[in-house]
Amino acid sequence: MSDALAIEVTSPVPLLELRGISKEFPGVKALDDVSFAIFPGEVHMLLGENGAGKSSLMKVLCGAYRADAGEFYHEGKKVAIASTADAQKLGIAVIFQEFSLVPYLDIAQNIFLGREPKGRIPGTIDRRGILAAAKRVLDTIGFDIDPSTTVDKLGVAQQQMVEIAKAISQNARILVMDEPTAALSDRETELLFALIARLKADGVSIVYISHRMAEVFALGDRITVLRDGRRIDGVRPADVTPDQLVRMMVGRNVDMTYPRNFADKPGELLLEVKGLSSSTGISDINIEVRRGEIVGLCGLVGSGRSEVARAIFGADPTSAGEIIFDGKSMSGEPDLAARRGIALIPESRKSEGLALLRSVSDNLVVSALRKLFPSGLFDQRAAQRASDCLIRQLRIATPSARQTVGLLSGGNQQKVVIGKWLAAGSKLFIFDEPTRGIDIGAKSEIFALIDRLVAEGAAALMISSEQVEICHVCDRAYVMREGRIAGHLTRNELTEENIVRLGMHHA
Amino acid sequence: MTDITKEAMMPPRSFLSQDAIQVFYRLLAAFLICAVLAVLSDSFLSLGNILNVLRQASLTFFIASGLTLVVLTAGLDLSVGANVALSACIAGTVIHKTGSPALGILAGLACGGLVGLLNGVMVTALRIPSFIATYGMLWVLNGLTYWYMAGETLHGFPAGFRQIGSGYLFGLPIPVYLLLVFLGIGTLFAQRTIWGQEIYAIGANPVAARLSGIPVARRLLLVYAVSGTMAGLASIIFLSRLNSAEADIGESLTLPAIAAVLIGGTSLFGGVGTVFGTFIGALILTLVLNGMNLLSVSANWQPLVTGIIVILAVWLDMKTRRRTS
Repeated sequence: MSDALAIEVTSPVPLLELRGISKEFPGVKALDDVSFAIFPGEVHMLLGENGAGKSSLMKVLCGAYRADAGEFYHEGKKVAIASTADAQKLGIAVIFQEFSLVPYLDIAQNIFLGREPKGRIPGTIDRRGILAAAKRVLDTIGFDIDPSTTVDKLGVAQQQMVEIAKAISQNARILVMDEPTAALSDRETELLFALIARLKADGVSIVYISHRMAEVFALGDRITVLRDGRRIDGVRPADVTPDQLVRMMVGRNVDMTYPRNFADKPGELLLEVKGLSSSTGISDINIEVRRGEIVGLCGLVGSGRSEVARAIFGADPTSAGEIIFDGKSMSGEPDLAARRGIALIPESRKSEGLALLRSVSDNLVVSALRKLFPSGLFDQRAAQRASDCLIRQLRIATPSARQTVGLLSGGNQQKVVIGKWLAAGSKLFIFDEPTRGIDIGAKSEIFALIDRLVAEGAAALMISSEQVEICHVCDRAYVMREGRIAGHLTRNELTEENIVRLGMHHA
Repeated sequence: MTDITKEAMMPPRSFLSQDAIQVFYRLLAAFLICAVLAVLSDSFLSLGNILNVLRQASLTFFIASGLTLVVLTAGLDLSVGANVALSACIAGTVIHKTGSPALGILAGLACGGLVGLLNGVMVTALRIPSFIATYGMLWVLNGLTYWYMAGETLHGFPAGFRQIGSGYLFGLPIPVYLLLVFLGIGTLFAQRTIWGQEIYAIGANPVAARLSGIPVARRLLLVYAVSGTMAGLASIIFLSRLNSAEADIGESLTLPAIAAVLIGGTSLFGGVGTVFGTFIGALILTLVLNGMNLLSVSANWQPLVTGIIVILAVWLDMKTRRRTS
């Protein structure tokens, strides 16, 4: 890494420089006088909360948005980026979080999509040529796979490799990566980091957007922090601490320890799960949750945590066992569970938690219709008043209750999902990965909210892959392994080591 | 990762909702069509013709209003026309056998509702996609009706009964009163009851709706039963107006009803649309066909024109909505 720094110091001309870039949308300055330089062969980390302007900057870079003001310099010469074609000519390629591959074509076809080598017969494709060319590209990034494999057979990490190969085949000199490790396992992340090192060595520059502190320090040569569309600072990893970076991102001190007011004595028993099994692969689950408690449910991805949540909520049928809620046995569909006072905040907010095209208000009242309108007659204005209340209470950032919910940021969408259960007056909140894809500021807000809920006599069962969060927030936790409860950890035993130890196979 | 830019590009919703704006566009279109027809044809603005248009539109609307609820849940009911035929034949038989129009009306509504309920059971309990379930039901109903009628025609009903379809009250055809009543009930049900809200929520995202505690299966049963019952109601009005029932009266009904729903701005993907929009859709469709008759355009052109209007309406709908969301 010191070599890379040395190169940067001795080559004062940036590969690409943005000066005073501004981009305005009606009502909001998405980018406000942002300057930004990328040097050859560096990994430039781009940090900021959701809505800070990272995506806009990325879209300006790749020509998807046209900047209202500002200039671009490529190796010192003034250039224009007015279209994606311009960006491509300058060697800029973006690896978005959602890949743009065609699932039923093979790797080679995807890499050369729209640029296929022509066969001898007009209108045909030189199949052997395309496979050989793809193989060469894959070799340069060290990805050992048969290029005739169809993309739908690939995992997320492999698809990402294909995207990178595609960019490299277009002679990309600047790779913009948007949270590339968000969906990768630890092992896959290591492979990606190795590839990044290799690309760097070849002089490719990487603009890397990340929410993970560890990556910023492991990979970054330089860090640019954005907040509210403005560039806050550009620093080197050696010169800052994670806390300083967080302060720059948030603009205020954020307590990363998620303060929690632990109750002295747990309240009465609210949920009792006895020997629960279901065809989704969980068996003999025994769980107790008391009022005033946040109980963690941990384990590896795929250990059956979400399945337990769904079974308790009635979303999947159970094959054995009993669920006793608030003293009464319960079995039925989610509408029964919801009526009795159970709330599920599902893992995938967008597909399972919200009707994205409907308004904030529509989404906030959907679970509380019967409670708000006992006569059965719906009143749009009353619904909006109730929503306005929740919007203030949860500090949901939205222009109005009538805004389409899909246009809010991830953290605010999550607040809407929680808000609909607040409106319903739920007693037990089951959170499935409540902070996934949510920036740091919103995260601590959500934990403060959960803390307040349980302090007021509700209870929470929280699934999270972030063991730090579980350890900070939970009163105690169950650890799952292969569809069963592998162990229970009290507040004193609740450490990351213990969670991992219980959750690992053959522990 | 969401970005501020997307949030910014969408201005806060104006005081008029999207639905209100879409209905406004459609009313405008209906008025334009009226204006053009008034200029081109002397007889268009005559009272007789206007009442005729309203009566025609009401028949399409009865079927299309129930169908609108189904489409709002992202479903489809292809069996409505066949349902009208069977319900009309059964209602007609009951009236002939018992001499009681009231019993006949009850039988027609019950038959329609029961068929709808069966559709609902196929969609919810058996999880058959509604398109396929109701398409199958269409054949089953046709088969039953042809077998039951065996080529016969039921003809001649009591004068009182015939008033429903062809009578007047204070100068307006009775079906027009029924139209206003059911337009009101349908709009109130969809917009001002919690069941209506739940139906919109189911159409917008059925998974999220279920996980929000909405009894999705029960609401779908209700929606299909309502669609069937409205087909039953339409069957009574047909029977009364035509004063006869044959096995094949339903064949030309389903597609115009779907056209009215689509022209009215209800999305086949669910969650978007209004019953009032469907009323205007039925009106636009009827106006155009009426205008073609008045201008002596061959009836052979009617399907082509209907098709173009549907495509145009949906395209314009997508275009105007995309701009704001």
